[in-house]
Amino acid sequence: MEALKGLSFDVEKGEIFGVIGPDGAGKTTLFRILTTLLLADSGTAFVDGNDVIKEYKEIRKKVGYMPGRFSLYQDLSVEENLKVFASIFDTTIRENYHLIKDIYQQIEPFKKRRAGALSGGMKQKLALCCTLIHEPVVLFLDEPTTGVDPVSRKELWAMLKKLKKEGITILVSTPYMDEAGMCDRIALIQDGAFMKIDTPENIVDAYDQTLWSVKSAEMSKLLKDLRSNAEIKSCFAFGETHHVTVGNMSMEQLEKYLKDEGHTEVNIKPIKAGIEDCFMELSQAS
Amino acid sequence: MKVIETKDLTKRFGSFTAVNAISFDVEQGEIFGFLGANGAGKTTAMRMLCGLSKPTSGFGMVAGFDIKKDTEKIKKSIGYMSQKFALYDDLKVWENLRLFGGIYGVPEKEINPRIDRLLETLGFEKEKKTMVRDLPLGWKQKLSFSTAIFHEPKIVFLDEPTGGVDPAARRQFWELIYDAADRGITVFVTTHYMDEAEYCDRVSIMVDGKIDALDSPTKLKEKFKVQSMDDVFFQLARGAKAKE
Repeated sequence: MEALKGLSFDVEKGEIFGVIGPDGAGKTTLFRILTTLLLADSGTAFVDGNDVIKEYKEIRKKVGYMPGRFSLYQDLSVEENLKVFASIFDTTIRENYHLIKDIYQQIEPFKKRRAGALSGGMKQKLALCCTLIHEPVVLFLDEPTTGVDPVSRKELWAMLKKLKKEGITILVSTPYMDEAGMCDRIALIQDGAFMKIDTPENIVDAYDQTLWSVKSAEMSKLLKDLRSNAEIKSCFAFGETHHVTVGNMSMEQLEKYLKDEGHTEVNIKPIKAGIEDCFMELSQAS
Repeated sequence: MKVIETKDLTKRFGSFTAVNAISFDVEQGEIFGFLGANGAGKTTAMRMLCGLSKPTSGFGMVAGFDIKKDTEKIKKSIGYMSQKFALYDDLKVWENLRLFGGIYGVPEKEINPRIDRLLETLGFEKEKKTMVRDLPLGWKQKLSFSTAIFHEPKIVFLDEPTGGVDPAARRQFWELIYDAADRGITVFVTTHYMDEAEYCDRVSIMVDGKIDALDSPTKLKEKFKVQSMDDVFFQLARGAKAKE
């Protein structure tokens, strides 16, 4: 199996770079190669100017890596976990406290609690503190928001924006397409290949299909009726509306067709594509 | 007909109240979204409804059975699927279905015809003899759902069923949910995707062990005067965080 198929890309210093795609697309493999935990079969990669093979020791000193499953010591307390990570990197909590202060203050009331007894959200905050304690130049976060509720997800992104201001470069992977907008640039990944690398704005602007949102009183029937119309190229449910890409047809024609099919409260609007629309269009094309 | 009824359902672990006197009903054939922040008590509540955890106090009926006394009968009347699919990687597609059919007591004669019908509906006939480990994630998910409803349960519980799949597969999966609901199977689903909350007939939002809101997505948005379910969720859950 070829997990990654000839990826080429650059990340600028101080950027938040998002690698966005579903499970099994190759996100973790890519992060493990860049953090020197896995060897690539071919190709080259440099992190902060160091070769991932020859200079792996240098890279390990200056990157922070938070794997999808937090690598915390469950039997140690919050404070002890942080101390372990600091001493491994030959530093102290005090030395880099400014970096973790905002995050650590939220879990400090529980500093004597075992990591294993923390809630998911608190584990995530502790893991992030442990990853930051040696003041890394580049931060690799592998799916930090997977399985996390929408409110905690927003909090995490707010923390990443602050770290960016400290000058840390951040590579972050996520399967949630709605998080694309939080990144400076994103790579859309599927089946081991990048389908597109650009700013979220440029990706959305480059979408070249005619895209409408469609609503009626019977959404389940609407999906089937839209798909049986030859001028509808694709049709997917998007929350409270369906998104359709259309060929040679006007909105009036579609409205008439749907009314003839017995639909009431028909509402059709032209809309701007989101990242999910772009992802689906690109993956259909490839 | 009500397939789930609870009254003041409560679960305490020592001094911690995980589920605090929740009362709600779910009608047959409904798609019921069960939302809440991490740690709000969703999983605990769901485990009680599935007969896996005894309530500390309060009352609950699932598929007509008492969740305190008739847990074995409840287990036969429900299906369950979580993000960690309970499929056997080393068995073929049809063998997985055969196994679940047997476990849930589907009559021997009916199992094979039912497998064939199901695979045909899914357009999956060619994969009948494929090992589950060789299936793409989106297909595993569809198969996992199909095994959960293979015995035609009254209710299927879905615990974050769509995490991590690509956008097209996520939507195809919801179409399977619609089909099951159209056939009269009640769907009880948790998700962190707020656009998926819009696909539910009604949605409840748990905050700190209590149900703070319960209504159709349209009415919830009207009530909170916001445009999306994401905003509804954010208002409720942020209120909870402020109290911490």
